[in-house]
Amino acid sequence: MTTTVRPEALHIPQSSLVTETRAATVVWQREMIRFVKDRSRILSSLAQPLLFLFVLGTGLGSLLNSSAGGTVGFTTFLFPGVMAISVLFTAAFAGISIVWDREFGFLREMLVAPVSTASILVGKALGGASVATLQCLVLLALAGLVGVPYDPLMLLAMIGLIFLMGFMITSLGLVLAARVRQVQTAMPLVQLVITPLMFLSGALFPLSGLPTWLTVLTHVNPMTYAVEPLRSVVFDHLDVDAATRARFDPGIVWGSWHVPVSVQILITVASCVILLALAVWRFRRTE
Amino acid sequence: MDTPAVAVRGLVKRYGTVEAVRGIDLEVARGETFGFLGPNGAGKSTTINILCTLVEPTDGHAEVVGLDVVRDRAAVRRRIGLVFQDPTLDAPMSGEQNLRFHQELYGVDRRRAPARREEVLRMVGLWDRRGDEVRTYSGGMRRRLEIARGLLHSPQVLFLDEPTIGLDPQTRGTIWDYVAELHRSEEITVFVTTHYMDEAEHCDRIAIMNEGRIVALDTPDALKAQVGADRVSITTDDDEAALRALRTELGLEGAVREGAVTIAVPDGAGFVPRLFDRLGGHGVAIRSVTVTRPSLDDVFLAHTGSTIRDAEAGPSMHPMAMRMRR
Repeated sequence: MTTTVRPEALHIPQSSLVTETRAATVVWQREMIRFVKDRSRILSSLAQPLLFLFVLGTGLGSLLNSSAGGTVGFTTFLFPGVMAISVLFTAAFAGISIVWDREFGFLREMLVAPVSTASILVGKALGGASVATLQCLVLLALAGLVGVPYDPLMLLAMIGLIFLMGFMITSLGLVLAARVRQVQTAMPLVQLVITPLMFLSGALFPLSGLPTWLTVLTHVNPMTYAVEPLRSVVFDHLDVDAATRARFDPGIVWGSWHVPVSVQILITVASCVILLALAVWRFRRTE
Repeated sequence: MDTPAVAVRGLVKRYGTVEAVRGIDLEVARGETFGFLGPNGAGKSTTINILCTLVEPTDGHAEVVGLDVVRDRAAVRRRIGLVFQDPTLDAPMSGEQNLRFHQELYGVDRRRAPARREEVLRMVGLWDRRGDEVRTYSGGMRRRLEIARGLLHSPQVLFLDEPTIGLDPQTRGTIWDYVAELHRSEEITVFVTTHYMDEAEHCDRIAIMNEGRIVALDTPDALKAQVGADRVSITTDDDEAALRALRTELGLEGAVREGAVTIAVPDGAGFVPRLFDRLGGHGVAIRSVTVTRPSLDDVFLAHTGSTIRDAEAGPSMHPMAMRMRR
């Protein structure tokens, strides 16, 4: 191996944290460019959460309100859950979109670059998380309609948690996409995985008084630990008595241990790391 | 500059029991335009993928600008430009956005980046279209943009895998004009694969690959000289008289093929004046004359026993190598 520096070698950058960060950043930027260009996607992906919130929420709410006292409506309960559903679909789609990149060849341009696969996928995951968060900003603006106050600290905390959830789900989408070669197989796969995650997460109903089998399923679902902190933040800023809170926001109970929100967030962070590492491993093996 | 651009020794690549590359040796000098010829499935793409660090060799050794393609992957990738046979552009982004993306991925100095983008875009004639989305580009424009992108980080070796595949003949010509232009302005080594024999004429040297082996390696002219003589065909009013005159005056045996008297001579163009001179003296009127130089198709035929088109259709193609081309 030659150790002499050739003149033309002077301009060749070495692999470093700087080059890896630039790579991740530009991948993220590309996701942003696509998001801004694709306005129809922004609108169409808002329809589903709005239906959940105002149609399902109001419909089921009228059923519940007859027996429930207090000021908290079912739509208030559903508000953070609907955020989670929006994140789930937006971020999973962002992750799986790498199948399109593969189909159109652009994935190859990214993976042959002299940067690690991890940097590329981190950029993708950050992009998915950003897109999911931007989508949710529209929903957050509707907080007042469902009795949630516009508390800046609460909104800030929610945005942070939504971003984290988006990162996790985009990473999951990347794991799913690693072996998918055809765009047609991608969408059914997302439905197959995302729909159970949605139903088993506590986004649509409180996780108390459930039969054991359902409790077990919700507890092994990483989404559960991303949804619950979001609801907890909302209820922290509501004026409700302990009984109502226990009914709508019972938290997560392992045996007899109430899992603290900080631990839930730690579990979500760990899920992000594990899923992203899994995605990197699978992409390294397949490309 | 003493290290060769590409140095390959005893390179082997096996996929299961299929040997896509069966031990090749190769050296490409700096600044050369080197052509890699052969039918689909000959092992060209596998070889180029090994050189680009995308595939690991089963055996043997390959270096690009003195760097080992297995041990120094990232270092090799920073010094090479790649244009794949399948498109790798992002259609919803503009031409310039695609280039900027590439510069960031390759860590190109930001102060220098805009000027370099302009330079390569002007070179391939896409400066005026830089702001348009790639989806609005024609096939030829896309290929030119990919070549421009391959040059952005000022690589020392540019690998072009079938750069003209799927393009119409006129556009193919244009792409080669750019390659030649590039060669003048960038002092770069160009390593190009193709299965269009006529395109290999643009190369300084070519290697013909068939069934995983290099069967011939030299300049296009030397290779053609090896397979033999030029063919001179004349049409006359009296072929019999022409044949007799050839025998007596020039000591050459002609033959009548497809209605023309055909003679094999080493230097066809230089032979024509002599031919008119001698046959005219015998009263043989020549109505037309055609000189055919041996083509690289003839070279391929001589080394492999089949034409390149037959080799493509034939069963000797490696199924794995085909899969790898994807």
